[in-house]
Amino acid sequence: MNPLETILSIKNLNKRYGTLQALNNVSFDIQKGNVYGILGPNGSGKSTTLGIVLNVVNKTSGEYNWFGGTMETHEALKKVGAIIERPNFYPYITAKENLELVCKIKGINYAKVNEKLELVGLVDRQNSKFSTFSLGMKQRLAIASALLNDPEILILDEPTNGLDPQGIHQIRDIIKQIAAKGTTILLASHLLDEVEKVCTHVLVLRKGKILYTGLVDGMSANDGFFELQADDIENLITVVKIHPAVKNVVKGDGKVLVYLKDTLEAKDLNRFLFEKNVVLNHLVKRKNSLEEQFLELTKNL
Amino acid sequence: MKRLLSIELQKIWKNKASRVLTLTYFILLTFIALIASIKFDLGIFKFHLAEMGIFNFPFIWHFNTYIAAILKLFLAIVIVSMMANEYSYGTLKQNLIDGMSKKEFIQSKFLTVVLFATVSTIFVFIMSIILGFSFSSYTEFSIIFSDLEYLLAYFIKLVGFFSFCLFLGILVKRSAFALGFLLVWNIIEGIIKGILTFKIFPESNTAASIMQFFPLESMSNLIVEPFTRLSVVKNLGTQIGLDNIKKYDVELSSIIIVLCWTIIFIYLSHRLLKNRDL
Repeated sequence: MNPLETILSIKNLNKRYGTLQALNNVSFDIQKGNVYGILGPNGSGKSTTLGIVLNVVNKTSGEYNWFGGTMETHEALKKVGAIIERPNFYPYITAKENLELVCKIKGINYAKVNEKLELVGLVDRQNSKFSTFSLGMKQRLAIASALLNDPEILILDEPTNGLDPQGIHQIRDIIKQIAAKGTTILLASHLLDEVEKVCTHVLVLRKGKILYTGLVDGMSANDGFFELQADDIENLITVVKIHPAVKNVVKGDGKVLVYLKDTLEAKDLNRFLFEKNVVLNHLVKRKNSLEEQFLELTKNL
Repeated sequence: MKRLLSIELQKIWKNKASRVLTLTYFILLTFIALIASIKFDLGIFKFHLAEMGIFNFPFIWHFNTYIAAILKLFLAIVIVSMMANEYSYGTLKQNLIDGMSKKEFIQSKFLTVVLFATVSTIFVFIMSIILGFSFSSYTEFSIIFSDLEYLLAYFIKLVGFFSFCLFLGILVKRSAFALGFLLVWNIIEGIIKGILTFKIFPESNTAASIMQFFPLESMSNLIVEPFTRLSVVKNLGTQIGLDNIKKYDVELSSIIIVLCWTIIFIYLSHRLLKNRDL
């Protein structure tokens, strides 16, 4: 795998809807082989970004190019698999025929139709009309359709939106299977644990601006913090403040939260406090979850 | 081109409503032949329409294309809904994401329009030949194949009208409203025509020469009504003192105007599609 092979490159992309600036100078690159998550609250510009690179929304300014800019967007899209928000198929024709129609559009033969129906578990229902499908089945058919051409990159926009827990689980399993095969994936979601579970890289978007790009681990890789409890909380606070690795101490909920500026192991802190005659009832070392990190990142704006 | 057409035909043919309407259209076309069987027998006054000369070559070209053009509304519904459905099902978006360009999308729709018009024209041609051979008083080769410009006019009329429907489908995005718009547009042209003819330019041809540039009026000008051309009706007219100076030919100017509208409609459709966010 060549880690520097760029699939999609976006530079200074802007989008205006009337007076609303939906995207503000968005730039990023998608490299082959990674699983990217675009995180952001509703209305942060995730779908707009994907819409622009997928040729359904017009950009106001800026540039993007697929596969190094060697081909026109609609040609490039034949090598891309994408699902936007809700699955769109012709309701009056069957699952199989819908996939065959997509094959015609992509200019490939029907050879893969059955294989992909199998992958998403819809072989039994291939001759049912699309209109008879449940939302979960529709979404799985959409994934099958997006995979028909064994795409270089799979783009998913809120793929689990509106599904029941079982449906969500099925979709995530399929995504993991695909990711395991080394397919590049770009997943837009407002569900943080979804991104945390599936993605290697993350891109945080808020009000059309990029707040963070990088590894998922990098985003949550802080030094963590301790949750402490003791009988004499005031004493605990004064003592713990003496330790050189402590940045600040916050009291709350009968617990003391200790934030660090250097790495500090739980046993070392415990020993330190015990030596100072402080006995703990409770000691947990925690890391901020992606959710807390995300809230941290987005609240200052 | 074959790829685009096969995509489009699959979309239409698998849709029950479109299939029924398309079939109805062609079945109704064959019913023109039934006009031949219209007979009145009122004792001394015997009236057999087929013997009035409506199926005489070359008049039959004029008569059949005019009658057949009335039925175009059936296909108009198919075309409007073929376009509007793409919006309501969200499949336009999906087609574009799957790698169809906006230009290809319009091309595939326009090709379908041309195909419909071509098939209708061939259908009317074959039917007229059969009817003509059965009822025409003249079956000389040169007479049969004169006045074939009515078929050309019929073809252009259908292409123009369907392109208008296509444009309305894209503009309005909803089949019912698009067809409503078509009706309203028809009424608007009627009102403008009325005002121009009777209020602003009475007793001159100015109104007609302005009206010929309107889309629906130009399409209807392609094939002028054939009834007053029938010898029976003509005789009746001269008896009550009406001088018939009407021209029944297919005018080159009408063909050019309708072709211009076709280009405008397709161009505007493409522009709308290009500039609109989905």
